[in-house]
Amino acid sequence: MTLKSLLLGATAVTGLASAAWAERGADGHVNLIYWQAPSIMNPYLSGGTKEVEAASLVIEPLGRYNTKGEMVPYLAEEIPTVGNGGVSEDLKSITWKIRPGIVWSDGTAFTANDVKFTAEYCMHPEGGCAQLAKYEGVASVEVIDDLTVKVNFTDAQPNPYGPFMGGQAPIIQAAQFADCLGAKAQECTDANFNPIGTGPFKVDEFRPNDVISLSANPNYRDPAKPRFATMTFKGGGDATAAGRAVLETGEFDYAWNLQLAPDVIANMAAAGKGVAMSAFGTLVERIEMNMTDPSPDLPEGERATAKHPHPILTDMRVRKALSMAIDRNLLVEIGYGQAGRPTCNLVPAPAAFASDNTECLTQDIEGAKALLEEAGWTVGADGIREKDGKKLSLTYQTSTNAVRQDFQALIKQWWSEIGVETELRNISASVFFGGDPGSPDTFQKFYSDVEMYANNFDGTDPQSYLASYTCNKAPRPETQWQGENINRFCDPAYDELVKELGRTAELEKRGEIAKKLNDMLTKDSYTIVPLVDRGRVSARSNTLGGVELNTWDTELWNAADWYRIKE
Amino acid sequence: MTDAPDPKPIAALADKGPTAPPRSQWRDVWDQFKTHRGALAGGIVLLFIIVTVFVGPYLWPYDATFIDIRARNQGPSLTHPFGTDQLGRDMLARMMAGGQTSIAVGLTAMLLALGLGSLIGVLAGFFRRLDGPLMRLTDLFLSLPLLPLLLVMVLLFRETLSGILGPETGIFILIVVAIGVTSWMPTARIVRGDVLALKEREFILAARSIGTTNYNLITRHILPNVMSPIMVSATLGIANAIITESALSFLGLGFPPDFPTWGRLLNDATQYLQDYPERVFWPGLAISLTVLSINYMGDGLRDALDPRIRGR
Amino acid sequence: MLTYTIRRLVLAIPTLLFISLVIFLLLELAPGDPMAQVPLTVPPEVKEKMRLALGLGEPTHIRFLKWMWQFFVVEPMMFFDWLFGTALAEGQQRVLSWQFRSPVMDVIVQRMPQTLWVVAMSYVVGILIALPIGIYSAYRQYSVFDQTGTFVTMVGYSVPPFFSGVLVIVIFSVQLGWLPSIYDTTLVVVDWATFKQQLMQMVMPVMVLALQTTAQISRFMRASMLDNLNQDYVRTARAKGLSEWSVIMVHVLRNSMIPVVTVIALGVPSIFGGAIITEQIFKVNGLGQLLITAIEANDLPMVQTVTFIIAVLIVFFNIVADVLYGVLDPRIRYD
Repeated sequence: MTLKSLLLGATAVTGLASAAWAERGADGHVNLIYWQAPSIMNPYLSGGTKEVEAASLVIEPLGRYNTKGEMVPYLAEEIPTVGNGGVSEDLKSITWKIRPGIVWSDGTAFTANDVKFTAEYCMHPEGGCAQLAKYEGVASVEVIDDLTVKVNFTDAQPNPYGPFMGGQAPIIQAAQFADCLGAKAQECTDANFNPIGTGPFKVDEFRPNDVISLSANPNYRDPAKPRFATMTFKGGGDATAAGRAVLETGEFDYAWNLQLAPDVIANMAAAGKGVAMSAFGTLVERIEMNMTDPSPDLPEGERATAKHPHPILTDMRVRKALSMAIDRNLLVEIGYGQAGRPTCNLVPAPAAFASDNTECLTQDIEGAKALLEEAGWTVGADGIREKDGKKLSLTYQTSTNAVRQDFQALIKQWWSEIGVETELRNISASVFFGGDPGSPDTFQKFYSDVEMYANNFDGTDPQSYLASYTCNKAPRPETQWQGENINRFCDPAYDELVKELGRTAELEKRGEIAKKLNDMLTKDSYTIVPLVDRGRVSARSNTLGGVELNTWDTELWNAADWYRIKE
Repeated sequence: MTDAPDPKPIAALADKGPTAPPRSQWRDVWDQFKTHRGALAGGIVLLFIIVTVFVGPYLWPYDATFIDIRARNQGPSLTHPFGTDQLGRDMLARMMAGGQTSIAVGLTAMLLALGLGSLIGVLAGFFRRLDGPLMRLTDLFLSLPLLPLLLVMVLLFRETLSGILGPETGIFILIVVAIGVTSWMPTARIVRGDVLALKEREFILAARSIGTTNYNLITRHILPNVMSPIMVSATLGIANAIITESALSFLGLGFPPDFPTWGRLLNDATQYLQDYPERVFWPGLAISLTVLSINYMGDGLRDALDPRIRGR
Repeated sequence: MLTYTIRRLVLAIPTLLFISLVIFLLLELAPGDPMAQVPLTVPPEVKEKMRLALGLGEPTHIRFLKWMWQFFVVEPMMFFDWLFGTALAEGQQRVLSWQFRSPVMDVIVQRMPQTLWVVAMSYVVGILIALPIGIYSAYRQYSVFDQTGTFVTMVGYSVPPFFSGVLVIVIFSVQLGWLPSIYDTTLVVVDWATFKQQLMQMVMPVMVLALQTTAQISRFMRASMLDNLNQDYVRTARAKGLSEWSVIMVHVLRNSMIPVVTVIALGVPSIFGGAIITEQIFKVNGLGQLLITAIEANDLPMVQTVTFIIAVLIVFFNIVADVLYGVLDPRIRYD
């Protein structure tokens, strides 16, 4: 098997087709299961991961990130950099050279016009494009010739790889979507369900939220690929069932994102039909501290706003004590196993941006108690700490999810050991993560003292991610409770440093600033208490080869290279 | 012919009077109920469950929410007769604590749904004028999508109720009302159907012709005769309420996540079905036993209320 | 009876219009946002633009009227076009789902085959098993058959499908490997082999669902039969010398059917609401899964349309039940 994959890798590099075993469609059929079903094949209309992943089988960007987070060219000949002259010295433009000879699955030629059209499609003011952030700062897209396209930015862009890079910004065919600009985008059902692409597969039938039938793209650029003639992409059910179908019954070949307790996965894998793979990205499960007072006694409109600082959590010693009481290693062991690593950082990767902060990894109950004593919180009659007649009692909310509820229970116990009383709440994910300003239970409104969820950033550059903790991004009534600075953290020095990051192009310097920003949010202020660096676990059957789990782009980024391992 | 013997008085007439004290109808019902073996067994089992669940926690050393992480995923043993869960919490303690909530919620929500359903069903079936509006109301409630309805109820009432009654009672009332308000409709339709047929029967006409008031007609003649479908609704309703409660907690409408209930225990354990089957077994058994015992008691009550069967 | 039926059908129209308004307002009021499933990495300004593109910027009453127009005028025209090849609805906007950006009705039609195969079939199977069990249990009250039946149905009813479904999968798919654990909605029955395959994938979800139906209906059937078995008319019928079969199956059964008819009529619309949990466990992806994912994604046009169609069925089948009461018991008069 090792030899075989080596050989396959070799052909992939040289583009040679060995007639003996590498022939398009030679390996028959492959079955994929996603327990969340894709609802559309156009990632520009739905930002959901499942849609982005399903679409990546069909439509491709100019370049992707590989398993290490490095950029690799797909439809482009090479990744433009300042070094090779693709990115201008002033960082205000990037020029992409398209690989010659690429055709769409309908046989027409792929040109720079399609690239320009894609930007127009997403940047249309009435289109409601979900990936608009990828095209932020783009002033214009110029077609130089059929195979060259230049993107001009309004300001210097230290990271010019937003447009046309990665699974979220693939190229769509201008001819197919010509009538789907702006408000019309919503009505182009056929194009949205069956986009013409350059990828290894094409859609035969799309059943929203159910199943997608695909077959090999007859015009794919590598005549030896894909090795599978047809593919069934089934959606729905739950993670347990998806894992079971691959690992235990062997009905399916690939199951996406198995968010299951580690012992459950281990027991399933014991059946010997498949293996669970894991890889790490930037997803961090964290506890967010509310810096404002969420008390229901405050009038609506003032509750949980900067007008009323939090009566308990504004004291950093309390926040630090809460963090010290947590045993992150145990959390990982219980909840994530091989798919988790304890972390103290908001930005856990890539290495250039990750701080070396590991101070929080050892649990220190006694230290936490001492810190609370120092802050003036003394143990009362019922074992709960008090200060000025006020109890050290917190509400702790999160979304409904078995692992999160286990975490809540564990953390509640540790906090009770240091004399903190905790009231737990769980909220249905569709309400919690929904931005409905009318609901009191959204994570943005944060009508609770602490809350737990996970977040990450796209691609490999954390600039916009770190920039979301500036003062002006706090959710508040004036912004309809929208905003990314969930804790209402506000530090002018932080805002200043974020601005500096935006001006810095040199990678080393950027890393330094990013680490500093990360530390300001975590170990210097304990506004955000990171818990677990969460990896991705997916399962493949023993007979499916060529799979490389990628957390920087879509998991199906190299589906063209997948093949059947013959016994 | 002439010297015929004196006619002897009929023996019965010679009796001085009734020897036994007068018996009320309810006493007869109780006597009959007692002889129903199923009902008696059901009653004993239910009583046993209730006593265990409400008294047990005072005797058992472990707390339902106490985490002993070293002892997680243990099978049944002397210290933990039902084993422990994935965080090392004692399952017996969790079963008892869960039972308190599940039985309380199940019984009250079922009674609420049953009361509401029977009231609306009887009124609609008995009074023609009310039939239209009440049945359209039933149609409306049947049509409303359950999940959004529950979410709205919580949105509107959770904070208010918690404010007035305290968090625990507030949530309890909210859950009971949410389940009750969303599950009375089948009972109402069934009772109404039966009442429509009953009120055309001869004994109702007879009762009406001797001037029985509507109130008495309903309570004395109609209600006892629709008792059996109500009893069936009751048994099915309690199972439903216990399961629905766990669904509510999942939506974040119910009790805090570390608060065990039978439905939630069953749901949590399903994930571990293959590895730790006993963890599913206990809550499943508890729910089934409760429902079964109430079912048998319902059977007994139904038989006891039927004067034709009584005394046989 | 005919005038009554017509009057009820006419009255159903304003009722349904009112129901559709209440559903719409309820969905408006419910917390939730179609952007809930968009990843957190998408910035709020972009989400706001996406909301506007879905038409959420318009006031509630405009959106309600738009939905009414699309549902009651455009969709029937589409159906007419499809039947007769005309082009009445050309260029009219149909009810579009927020998740799929495709017409809601198309997706509903797409979900019908698996819903009918699994959910409707389980309902029929459930009723067919329940009626004989109910009748015989009542006839032989407290016999071994009755006791076993009671035990099995009550345990079956108290064990929710989220457990029983997983249990049968673990036994028959994982341990024994006899049946597939995932329902293939793309399977088309063309010959014996595919029919067998269809049967294999149906059997577990159908049985899990039928267990619930059986439990419920057999209990009502039994209770209602018991009420009637001791009535005077039964003694009279027996005294007349009627065979036991015709006493039970003609006289008693007919008089016992009223609650059973009610329960069955109440259950039919819920077939079209699908079986949320069971569908999810077996990946049947029928209407139940469609509705629940739409609710989770706050896809209001989809939720509104599906629940309204269910409401139409509820109202209709309740009328059917009311008419059937009159047929079963001619003494029941509505006028």
